[in-house]
Amino acid sequence: MASAQSGTLYRGREGMWSWVAHRISGMLIFLFLLVHVLDTALVRVSPEAYNEVIGHYKTVVFGLGEVGLVGAILFHALNGLRLILVDFWSQGPQRQRSMFWGVVIVWVVLMAGFLPRHLMHMFGA
Amino acid sequence: MSTTSIPDPSTRYRRTAQRGINSEMLSWLFMRASGMLLVILVFGHLFVNLWLGEGVKGIDFAFVGGKWASPFWQVWDLLMLWLGLLHGGNGVRTIINDYARGDRLRMILKGLLYFAVIVTIILGTLVIFTFDPCPVGAEPSLLPSFCEG
Ligand code: HEM
Ligand code: HEM
Repeated sequence: MASAQSGTLYRGREGMWSWVAHRISGMLIFLFLLVHVLDTALVRVSPEAYNEVIGHYKTVVFGLGEVGLVGAILFHALNGLRLILVDFWSQGPQRQRSMFWGVVIVWVVLMAGFLPRHLMHMFGA
Repeated sequence: MSTTSIPDPSTRYRRTAQRGINSEMLSWLFMRASGMLLVILVFGHLFVNLWLGEGVKGIDFAFVGGKWASPFWQVWDLLMLWLGLLHGGNGVRTIINDYARGDRLRMILKGLLYFAVIVTIILGTLVIFTFDPCPVGAEPSLLPSFCEG
């Protein structure tokens, strides 16, 4: 029997923190998407206007922001798949904790692949 | 009620209300179905735009012109636009329901949310369908190479 002390799927430990991170990352991505459709819409204004604004994406400050965005997307997507397994796979609820650490490991691997290449693009190596 | 006991989440439980198909159940299902599609759509988008070629440095008007010359990427972006905004919008609706106290505040926040989602979906859809890769009178060096012919 689960108790408030040992935690349940949603109170304390991995289950709760992954939920907090899922919520914050989802909110961030949504806000980004609203702005992103606006910046893409500049292709209807003029090539100059689009290139000017999209040029900001290539600066160091934005480049680091993109690392954060990709990190948030990767976590939200991987953890989203974990949630789907928790709901639909008969073993899901029992395995939610190990699946959480699976998410963390895959996330680290994908970020380790993305980061060097993105930095090389940014600093033009 | 002196002690609170939380049922074991891994045991089966019986629903007492809200059986069958209802809007919150459909919304729950939609979050999972759209999520699985978005994994492919968004990962593909990031792979092509951030990983391949020069990554973010390679993005400009001509790059977008080249992509949207193909119906494949038009449909891709259209699906990503609709699913992303409906999934994200529906998610933010849940967040508002959880935290906004009082009916008035909740109504205002949801009104703003629905307005933003609808305007953004319409704008993004129009942009994809009315995009002109070779606008007349534009500086030729900024346009995709196929514009010359
Ligand atoms: C920093 C990362 C990103 C970059 C550099 C980027 C770049 C671009 C570019 C160049 C376009 C123009 C068309 C195309 O290339 O297909 C575009 C369109 C689009 N992007 Fe992204 N993107 C990024 C992240 C994202 C994310 C995370 C999402 C989804 C949540 C997203 C959703 C979209 C959508 C829906 C469109 C179509 C917009 C429209 O209909 O007007 N993008 N993006
Ligand atoms: C990339 C693939 C994605 C997957 C697999 C995914 C999966 C999920 C799932 C399964 C849920 C439901 C959680 C629940 O019912 O408790 C969810 C919630 C949510 N998603 Fe996504 N999602 C993805 C992309 C996105 C994108 C692009 C956005 C933003 C535009 C977004 C924003 C949200 C928000 C705001 C929530 C609500 C969080 C909450 O209620 O705590 N997601 N996601």
